[in-house]
Amino acid sequence: MTNPLRDPRDRRLPRIAGPCSLVIFGVTGDLARRKLMPAIYDLANRGLLPPGFALVGFARREFATQDFAQVVHDAVREHARTPFNEDTWQQLAAGIRYVMGDLGDPAAFAALNQTVSQLDAELGTGGNHAFYLSIPPGKFPTVVEQLKASGLSQQGADAWRRVVVEKPFGHDLASAQELNRTLGEVFPTGSVFRIDHYLGKETVQNILALRFANAMFEPVWNSNFVDHVQITMAEDIGIGGRAGYYDGIGAARDVIQNHLLQLLALTAMEEPISFDATHVRFEKEKILQAVVLPEDLAASTARGQYAGGWQGGELVSGYLEESGVDPASTTETYAAVKLLVDTRRWAGVPFYLRTGKRLARRVTEIAVVFKRAPHLPFAATDTRELGNNALVIRVQPDEGVTVRFGSKVPGTAMEVRDVSMDFGYGESFTETSPEAYERLILDVLLGDPPLFPRHEEVEQSWRILDPVLDFWAKSGTPQAYGAGTWGPATADAMLARDGRTWRRP
Amino acid sequence: MMRLEDTTVAAISEAIREEKSRKGAIAVGMVLTLIVVADEADQADALHAASAAASEHPMRILGIIPRPGRTEAQLDAEISVAGADGPGEVIALRLRGAMAAHTASVALPLLVPDAPVVVWWASDAPKSPVKDPLGQLARRRITDASLAGRSRAELQVHATQYAPGDTDLAWTRTTPWRALLAAALDRPHARVTGAEVHASRSNPSAPLLAAWLHSCLGVPVTMRASRGPGLTAVHLHTDTGDISITRPDGTKAILQVPGYPASEVALRRRETRDLLLEELRRLDPDEVYAQALALSPQFHADGP
Repeated sequence: MTNPLRDPRDRRLPRIAGPCSLVIFGVTGDLARRKLMPAIYDLANRGLLPPGFALVGFARREFATQDFAQVVHDAVREHARTPFNEDTWQQLAAGIRYVMGDLGDPAAFAALNQTVSQLDAELGTGGNHAFYLSIPPGKFPTVVEQLKASGLSQQGADAWRRVVVEKPFGHDLASAQELNRTLGEVFPTGSVFRIDHYLGKETVQNILALRFANAMFEPVWNSNFVDHVQITMAEDIGIGGRAGYYDGIGAARDVIQNHLLQLLALTAMEEPISFDATHVRFEKEKILQAVVLPEDLAASTARGQYAGGWQGGELVSGYLEESGVDPASTTETYAAVKLLVDTRRWAGVPFYLRTGKRLARRVTEIAVVFKRAPHLPFAATDTRELGNNALVIRVQPDEGVTVRFGSKVPGTAMEVRDVSMDFGYGESFTETSPEAYERLILDVLLGDPPLFPRHEEVEQSWRILDPVLDFWAKSGTPQAYGAGTWGPATADAMLARDGRTWRRP
Repeated sequence: MMRLEDTTVAAISEAIREEKSRKGAIAVGMVLTLIVVADEADQADALHAASAAASEHPMRILGIIPRPGRTEAQLDAEISVAGADGPGEVIALRLRGAMAAHTASVALPLLVPDAPVVVWWASDAPKSPVKDPLGQLARRRITDASLAGRSRAELQVHATQYAPGDTDLAWTRTTPWRALLAAALDRPHARVTGAEVHASRSNPSAPLLAAWLHSCLGVPVTMRASRGPGLTAVHLHTDTGDISITRPDGTKAILQVPGYPASEVALRRRETRDLLLEELRRLDPDEVYAQALALSPQFHADGP
């Protein structure tokens, strides 16, 4: 039945999720406190959560529901993006519940089942419940199993049950397939939401708008004009207290497999026939299938591990000295790979992907670097300082676009030099723009999956990355790089072999 | 901030350019020009709300403050460019004497090149926004019927003068209500047979909301006077009972849907900044508003 109050011309009305609850497993974890709870509050504050929305925490710690509500309250107070408002809080607090128990304990799941049934009766959540697994991936099978055994995964008529998992989606192709099987046995494909919190919907839509809403970029978006593409995600922080998660995983699995390959897909894909979920996904999958590794992996990959030192005026410890890290660990904190895309559009255009921790600054960007003009009607000395033109899509921190091109230096001598032109939708755009997690959670509650990677994409990404990981596993230790630099010398050498250099983002 | 007294538009342009290059802010992209027309009494609040909205929409804000009178024609300007107080730049212009009648001649040279123009009358609105010289520069014209002494009469004037691109903050104020009502009807529900809108006697948002409900649902809608503040309740009658939103205190609402437990919803009256943010998000004509506005005169009188 269509809703008579929803008119497609009425662009003011936001979509508000229907009555439902969100059950968070691992609710005492860092992510839940810093990101999930504040995002839920922010959604409520923006009026996007349904009246009678319920938030159920599930963890091992012993809490009364009031204690748990206090935890949520504190997390919201500290981390929420929008100002704290007592009315919004009251609205949210009415729906907060807590279930104590072990992830493997059927009794706890029976209690959870009872709690959500009560919510259906008390708040009218209507049997709609999403399960957010904010727990180590090793525990997914246990929880999914329990959800099935307790009947929680069973969706009634006119009601839905959804499951949300966070990256990493496995640690190689085999484990990803295993995970997909586990989830797939209990939840239908459309009910599984894979969250890559690095990849905000805003970013994806920005890239699609830039490429496909404009006339001036797409004609040069191919191997006739593009020399190569650099996709960078740099973090200035170390691993912090996440050694348990990070050691043995490393930068490639943590970031390249999901985030950078998604950005590559968005940059390289053909125009979808519509912006429908299916059509966008279809094009992304197609381009990921066309991605191949160069034959010589030693020459076309690089990895590093940060060493201690002074970073931006602060003395920081090296990776091997971080607490919880095996002192003999060969886990990489910097990874760079060269990829080729076997399509007519991208023939011979390498895509260089790099990511690392403890780099000079926090930045994520896609740089499309163009070929030099085929003929320069200037004296060689005039253009000595002219580099390649580039179009840079800045993903964060300040989302926007930078164009680099040559311009004459003012003066009587003819001299052409690189200059940059920036567009940002306002420096503080990110302040008021809905944060990635809010969009993600809202999409889950609305059942809107367009930008969540499906398992086919996840498996394609592992197919691309697995040979690199195998090669690295066999080739000793990563090269050390100084904290606060732009990575190991091998990464620079990797580009130098192709006669190119990394941008300094 | 820079103050230029007894100046010209050319000098103002030059001062903006200089100030920007001094601050190194030449390349900051402005996405639109917002012309704010306000009286001396309202200008400070209006410009403040506009600059707050600039955090989401980097824009040039032209404050037009007419000071008609017998004094010599004189133009005074206060300029604060991007970077100092936020991403927007604010140029407050006082048009004294005879110049007060020639606002467009002052505004035109100061518009951001090739970017959309929006005009917002933060004090009194002209009878016909689209025929107003400043309104003619703009793609979108924002009025606020609630400022007028007889708000619903003002709305009626807007209805006769409507042109695509017009919008009114009285309509913007209904959005959270409309969103909540639409969300309530997203659930399975019985057929809606009628509706009631309760609001304070002069509230101009109420007839718009009633007209919208009437045009979407095709059912009779009754207006009821309440003590306010603003909108206080909407009831949708269905065969199984009323779907109701009641907000007696202007902050918190209770949503009741037959077959579901009642629930509390935060439904604050929004600040001007938030209303402007919503308005600036889309600059194309709002056809749904046009439709509601056209029907709204039927709902001006409160029912028995």
